[in-house]
Amino acid sequence: MTNLEVIFPEIFLTLSIFVVLMVGVFLKNTYSLVNKICVLIIICTGFLVFYSNETLEKIFLDSFIRDKFSNFIKILILISSLFVLFASQNFIKDMKISKFEYPILVLLSILGMFFMVSSNDLILFYLGLELQSLALYILASIDRNNIKSTESGMKYFVLSALSSGLLLYGCSLLYGFTGSTNFDVIQMELNSDNIGALFSIVFILVGLAFKVSAVPFHMWTPDVYEGSPTSVTNFFAVVPKIAGIAVIIRFMDIPFKNILSEWQLIVIFLSIASMILGAVAAIGQQNIKRLLAYSSIGHIGYVLAGIATGQQNGYASSLVYLVIYVVMNIGAFSCLYLLKFNGSYTEKINDLAGISKSKPILAFSFLIIFFSLAGIPPLGGFFAKFYVFISVIKSELYTLAVVGLVTTVISAFYYLKVIKIIYFDEEQTKLDQIKNLQTSSIIFISCLLLISYFIYPSVLNNIIEPIFMN
Amino acid sequence: MIEVGLGHYLSLGAIIFFLGTLGIFLNRKNVIVILMSIELILLAVNINLISFSIFSGDILGQIFTMLTLTVAAAEAAIGLAIIVVYFRNRGSIRVEDINEMKG
Repeated sequence: MTNLEVIFPEIFLTLSIFVVLMVGVFLKNTYSLVNKICVLIIICTGFLVFYSNETLEKIFLDSFIRDKFSNFIKILILISSLFVLFASQNFIKDMKISKFEYPILVLLSILGMFFMVSSNDLILFYLGLELQSLALYILASIDRNNIKSTESGMKYFVLSALSSGLLLYGCSLLYGFTGSTNFDVIQMELNSDNIGALFSIVFILVGLAFKVSAVPFHMWTPDVYEGSPTSVTNFFAVVPKIAGIAVIIRFMDIPFKNILSEWQLIVIFLSIASMILGAVAAIGQQNIKRLLAYSSIGHIGYVLAGIATGQQNGYASSLVYLVIYVVMNIGAFSCLYLLKFNGSYTEKINDLAGISKSKPILAFSFLIIFFSLAGIPPLGGFFAKFYVFISVIKSELYTLAVVGLVTTVISAFYYLKVIKIIYFDEEQTKLDQIKNLQTSSIIFISCLLLISYFIYPSVLNNIIEPIFMN
Repeated sequence: MIEVGLGHYLSLGAIIFFLGTLGIFLNRKNVIVILMSIELILLAVNINLISFSIFSGDILGQIFTMLTLTVAAAEAAIGLAIIVVYFRNRGSIRVEDINEMKG
């Protein structure tokens, strides 16, 4: 007897997407209404996930898994997308991209991510990944009269479809050489003598690295981040990354558990390359969205460093890093919603010059968030890096730790450069005064979380560590 | 007569896959060709899956193929839609004209 209670949040989400789609089609000018309903749906789904049972359970011929890990990731996805939607509401209206499809596409991609993180089967995993990506292609080009937005959608589509193809090729080889698409069976069948299967994990890893934009598969990131509307970029920088990292952890934990040493080398390479490129390539950037794109590539490098340990405490430290990364990026992008010059949103770093005098509170939020991104104690970003480095050193991956520390120092340069421009340069452009309570409250919450994290740093660990105790 | 075995099918799949990948990177003319190359990659995967499924006597690979075909159709539809909106803005779909953002 299949226990449908396990998949109840997904069923609820799917049915409500159908309903809001109908609302959007049959009523006119429904953006605000649909947006409100979607926020409500996200909150309800969050409660359903939160109050669902946490015992490990597999249904549908063991293809769908529900455990503490998937529940935690799902709640993280829901909360972060709620924050993103909430902070970007005024921006969306200003940019005239307030189409009712926008929140629905966000919901659809969330549904895809849900299936990704609780998949225990290659087929379900691939379908979830595609559902997520197809919704994201449209989101990237949602501002369809703007050439940059459509171009970013095109670039994202081409490169992401290629990576899905590589991933699928890997899946087909894995199926052929292990004889099953089920993760548990694959785990039993895989060993270091199975050359064909080892070949396939390279393809799968390439596809996954693409989705989390790890070097050398990062080339889409800066262009897509710059071209898409800021609200979409904010979503891209946060939510798909959570799902991608969760899937990488799931793959390492179940199907590839027995061939860790082969897989570890590739992850270490990805991590080192991402950390170095994220630190170096951001230095010359003039556009703040491009800068944040390279910064997110670097941060993914640190997350992968924790995963590369292959230990349970390494995964836990990666998840801690991921949570703090999410908080920082939501704050950083929310600040961009408050930068307006002559009625249009500005993204140039030089336009930030001297806003410490005209907008002291916004400048201070920038200060906190960028210090935290740079990893300066006592802010949250420091503790995130600290836990990752501890677990890396415990697993005796000293190169990874040394490269990580060096790149942290290098990347501090460009974060501090932005702070310097804000606080010490002469004001050149007079930015408009914006009152936006929603966005400001999101920035306030993220700054507060980053500042107060050091008071009780183990609170996040206490939530995350039990996930990996089994 | 040579017996056509699993290896032959896999080689065919690998060749088509390789051609599709090359098509994306070497093509400098038209975005539609890229779309066709993506389609080729997915078809190569289908050949792989079906031959594995037949030779191992397991039905799962054929089910996977059906789902992959569906996804490929959806992907082509969305890809063409994006190309249409891009063409409206830019007036061209040559690959070398996709250069609004660099760096």
